[in-house]
Amino acid sequence: MTTKCEDINVLKTKAVAYRKKVLQIIHAAGSGHPGGSLSAVEIFIALYHYKMAHRPDNPRWEDRDRCIVSKGHCSPVTYVTLADCGYFPESELLRFRKFGSPLQGHVHIRVPGVEFNTGSLGHGLSVANGIALGAKMLKKKIKTYCILGDGEIQEGSVWEAAMTAAHHKLDNLCAIVDYNKVQENGRTNDIKNLEPLPAKWASFGWQVVEVDGHDFHDLLCALDQFDTVSDKPYVILAHTVKGKGVSFMEGKSQWHGKAPKEDQLKAALAELDGIKTN
Amino acid sequence: MSEMIPTRDGFGNELVKLGKENDKIVVLSGDMEDATRAEYFRDAFPDRFYNLGIAEQDVVGTAAGLSSLGFIPFACSFAVFMTNRAYDMIRLDICYNNSNVKIVCSHAGVTVGEDGASAQCLEDLAIMRVLPNIQVICPADAIEAAKATRAMTGITGPVYMRTSRAPFPVITRESDPFEIGRAVVVRPGGDVTLIACGLMVYESLRAADILRKDGIEARVVNMHTIKPIDIEAIQTAARETGAIVTAEEHQVSGGLGSAVAEVAARFCPVPIEMIGVPDTFGESGTPQELLMKYHLRDTDIAAAAQKALQRKKA
Repeated sequence: MTTKCEDINVLKTKAVAYRKKVLQIIHAAGSGHPGGSLSAVEIFIALYHYKMAHRPDNPRWEDRDRCIVSKGHCSPVTYVTLADCGYFPESELLRFRKFGSPLQGHVHIRVPGVEFNTGSLGHGLSVANGIALGAKMLKKKIKTYCILGDGEIQEGSVWEAAMTAAHHKLDNLCAIVDYNKVQENGRTNDIKNLEPLPAKWASFGWQVVEVDGHDFHDLLCALDQFDTVSDKPYVILAHTVKGKGVSFMEGKSQWHGKAPKEDQLKAALAELDGIKTN
Repeated sequence: MSEMIPTRDGFGNELVKLGKENDKIVVLSGDMEDATRAEYFRDAFPDRFYNLGIAEQDVVGTAAGLSSLGFIPFACSFAVFMTNRAYDMIRLDICYNNSNVKIVCSHAGVTVGEDGASAQCLEDLAIMRVLPNIQVICPADAIEAAKATRAMTGITGPVYMRTSRAPFPVITRESDPFEIGRAVVVRPGGDVTLIACGLMVYESLRAADILRKDGIEARVVNMHTIKPIDIEAIQTAARETGAIVTAEEHQVSGGLGSAVAEVAARFCPVPIEMIGVPDTFGESGTPQELLMKYHLRDTDIAAAAQKALQRKKA
């Protein structure tokens, strides 16, 4: 089975369900990272339900597209996505962060569908480069996607990798920056300014596109445009809102890594239920 | 006098042979292929070689990515830059992911010489061996380095091997068996055991000659694998000789000596003396001058053996 869905309304409905599930599993775990999961919901849905060639019934299918989740703390949205795709039963989600569960606090390969253990920032892009380089050596049409946080790209290792991808013309590699503007202790551009971010990536030799990371039409178009790029790696700077969909979490660094309490969960779910999907 | 060859040469030459036999081998360099001898592979297989620039973190991560597609990547640089600079990448991308990556680095020990302390890696054995999943090798000479290169290719999982810039005397033979994790008794003896790795195996053999003049028969064990350490060889040495000296071109803390002491303390406590660099950085000088200054010579090992023997009698 290869998942592909072009009906944007279906994807929007999924987004609401994903946000609710993300909050529910973090609440059940008593800890976790809601902010950067809620910001990345549309990115994950666009990849796993529209763009990537993958087979949930055969997670190790050798010609699958790869997704490296470099911001490994967004495990909640990663696991919610993979469960929804059918990689493992939804019931497992409530064991997130529990002793003995494969659903480790940060993204882990014991979870079917996960490609690589992450959690220390600034690692994923080099790993993705290795896969992209290897795919070229094997002459395979595998595409590699790498989801990065914006705060994460303060790590110098990201820019080592950015140079490598351009130098080796890895046009089978697509990086997606979840540009939610907020990191653990404040606003990203107050802590260490990333701007001008599009110019930075462009000057490193990447094809750059900026999108509204919560707009499926934008995201899907940007992902399709990736297929037309040659001789360069491709980066989507997805402008997003940290904590998207829950008003008291939106834009708040305090919700980077904190579980909602019972009443907060209830309020958040009610707010999400009120969202119209058409 | 033995033939003198740097262990990095043994690695570089064998890697070319392996490259012919196995097209899954790829080599990544942090612009150190000349120093590490990965250049021999580069020249033989340019399509399977990448110099990723002076970017050790990127080298390690890229190697992990390649291994996920079934390649067997060798990641090469100076020991100090790779194991120290890219430590978090080795920990997470290689060890935590159990990636089938071989990290082989030159310029270990004070025998790096004139470049001085910034290039002389004295802590790699310690910081590598505390990581789960990885195996850690320090070959005694170029022949053994070649055998270790072949052996690590044949196993699945992370391996770290340090090699030398300086030529080491060749003290093993092509016909000697080599197995990762299996120490080799290179000289029999019943009074004290000298357990060494790298260049210190040669120095220990010379120390055994010195000790014989005093009527002391020293066993010399080549502990080429620091992890998994050969527990049985240590137990046998403790039981049969009752005193141990460890010798390594590395900080005295955390490396071979510590690994041996951990085993001895648990299973077979005997007096142990340790030869290594005593919690200090190296400096510029010739290898011989530095070995002398940091007490890494045959005479130092022999003196340590005398001390261990006194403690044994006490």
